[in-house]
Amino acid sequence: MIVTILNVVIAGLLMGGIYALIAMGLTLQYGVARVLNVSHGEFIMLGALLTWTLYSAFGINPLVSLAIGGPLIFIIGFLLYRTLFTSLRTRAASPAAYEGSSLLATFGLLFIIQNIALAIWGGGMRGYSYLNFGANFAGAVFPVNRLVALLLAVVIGLIFYLFLARTRLGKAIRAAAQDPATAGLMGVNINLVLALCFGLGALMAGFAGALVSMCYPIYATMGLEYTIIALIVVVLGGLGSIPGSFIGGFILGLIGSIVSSWQPGLAMAAYYVLFMLMLLVRPTGILGK
Amino acid sequence: MARVFSKRSFLPGLLLLVLILLATLPLYARGAYILVLLAAILMYIVLTVSWTIFSGPTGYISLAPAAFFGVGIYTAAILGKVLPLFAVVVAGGLISFILALLVGTITLRLRGVYFAIFTFGLVVLIKELLLFWEITITHTRGRFVVLVDNTTIYYVMLGIFVAVMLTAYFIRRSKYGLALQSIGEYEEAAAHIGINVTMVKVITFGISAIFMGAAGAIMATRWTYIDPYVAFNPLLSFLPVLMAIFGGMGQLYGPVIGAAIFAYTEELLLTKFPYYYMLTFGIILVVVILYLPNGLVGLIPKLWRRRAGGQRAST
Repeated sequence: MIVTILNVVIAGLLMGGIYALIAMGLTLQYGVARVLNVSHGEFIMLGALLTWTLYSAFGINPLVSLAIGGPLIFIIGFLLYRTLFTSLRTRAASPAAYEGSSLLATFGLLFIIQNIALAIWGGGMRGYSYLNFGANFAGAVFPVNRLVALLLAVVIGLIFYLFLARTRLGKAIRAAAQDPATAGLMGVNINLVLALCFGLGALMAGFAGALVSMCYPIYATMGLEYTIIALIVVVLGGLGSIPGSFIGGFILGLIGSIVSSWQPGLAMAAYYVLFMLMLLVRPTGILGK
Repeated sequence: MARVFSKRSFLPGLLLLVLILLATLPLYARGAYILVLLAAILMYIVLTVSWTIFSGPTGYISLAPAAFFGVGIYTAAILGKVLPLFAVVVAGGLISFILALLVGTITLRLRGVYFAIFTFGLVVLIKELLLFWEITITHTRGRFVVLVDNTTIYYVMLGIFVAVMLTAYFIRRSKYGLALQSIGEYEEAAAHIGINVTMVKVITFGISAIFMGAAGAIMATRWTYIDPYVAFNPLLSFLPVLMAIFGGMGQLYGPVIGAAIFAYTEELLLTKFPYYYMLTFGIILVVVILYLPNGLVGLIPKLWRRRAGGQRAST
C-alpha cells in the first residue's frame, strides 16, 4: 500500500516538473508580453527534436544540448516578438484587440512551426535511450532519466524565479507586467523587456522539450497536447502568476498520476474537469490576483 | 427610380441564379468528383459562416466547432441505422444546439482568452471521454456509418448552406444582430442599455452550433468508419477561425470567399504537398493578421479608396 502511494506520488511529481516548466513559460508570455501563445507546444517540440537530432546524429549529451537548443529557441522567440508581435502591438487599437490578434497570430505560428518540423523530421515517432535504468525508492522503482528531468525542472524553475525576484532586469519585467505604460515612463525599455519575456517563455519551452525528449516518445505533432496541458496549469495557478504555474504544474502532475493509477484513459479528462471547475469557481487561479 | 430598382434586384437575382446552378448541378455534372469537391467546399463554408454568426460580431473566439461537428458525426453513427437521413441531420443539429446551450450557459460569463481556452478544452474532453468509453466500457473502438450516395450528401449540404446563409443574413439585419455588435464593442454598455447580454450570447452560440452539428451528421456518411480521433479533430476548430479571418468578417460574403478559396486550394494541394501547403497557410494567416486586419474583403474598399484618391490627385 505504502509502495503504491509512493509510486503514484513520485510519478506525479516527475510529470509535474515538466508541466511546471512549460506552464511557467506560457504564463510569462501571457502575463507580461500579453500573448496567449497557442504555439507554445511547438517550441517544446522544437526543443525535443533538436535534442534528439544532436544526440542521435552527433552523440551530444542531452544535458549539453540544453545549452545549445535553449538559447537557439530563445533567439527565435525574441526575434518573433521584435518583428511580428511588436508590429501587432503598435497597430492594435486597444490592449484587448492586441490580445485577440496576437492569439490568432500564434495559430499561424503553430501551423508554420509544425509544418517546418514535419518537412524536416517527418511525422514518425522518435526517441532515444538516455539514463534509462531504474532507481529504487523504498521499493518503488523509477527511471533515472525522469528523476534527472524533475531535478532540472526544479532547478531551472528556481533560477528563473530568483532572476525575476532578485535582479534589476527581473524587476523591470515585473513592472512591465503590472503596467507597461508606466514602466516605460520609469525608464524601462519596454519593447526590449516584452521581447525578452517572450523569448524567455520560448526558452523554458525549449528546456522542457529537451527534458521531455529524455523520457517520452517525441514527434512533430506533439505540441498541441503540451499546449493544452500548459493552458490548464496556467489557469489552475493563475494566468500570469509564475509561482502559481510552478505549484499548479505539480498539482496537475499529481492529479494525473492519481487518476492514471485508477483509470489510465481518464487523465486528460480529469485535467479538463478540474480546469472547468477552476474556471467556474475561481477563474483567477490559485495564486491569481 | 428605375436605377435603384435594378440595383436592388441585381444581387438577389444573381444569388438565385447561382443557387439554381448549384441545385441543378447533379443533373449535368459528369462524374462524382465535382459533387464531392463542392460538398467539401460547402462544408467549410457552413462551418465558417456559422462560426462567424457568433464570434464575428461578439469577438469571443470560440474554438468549439470541432466539438459540435464531432457531435453531429457521432449522432449520425449512432442514429443512422434507426432513423431516416433527414431526421439524423436534424438530430445532429439539435443535439449540438443543446450542448452549446449548456456550454454557453456555463462559460459565456468568461471573458476573452478564457473562453477560447475553455471551448478548445471541450473538444479534447469529449474526445477523451468517448475514447475511454469505447476502450474500457464497450470494448469497440470506432463505429461504422450507414453510407449515403454523393448526390444526396451534396443536396443536404446545399440545404444546410442555404439555411446558414439565410440565418446569418437575418441575424445581421435584425436588432438582435445590433445587440451582438454592441456586446462585441462594449459589453458593460450593452448590458446598461437593457440588452440581456448572457441570454443573447448563449442563444446565438446555440444557433451557430446547429449548423455545425448538422454538417457533421451529413459528412459522417462519407467516411464509413469513424472513431473519436476522426470525429473530434482539433484542426476543424482552428480552420473556421482562419478561414473567417482570411476572408474578412466585415461582410457576410467574406467568410464564404475565405472558406471557398481555402477549401479549393486544400483539395488541389493537400494530397501532393501536405506540409508545404499547411505551412503556406500559416504564413498567409500571419500576413493577413498583420497587413489585412479586415481580410480579403477589407481589401476591396481599400483599393477603391486608393483609386478614387488617385483620381482626385490628377484633377
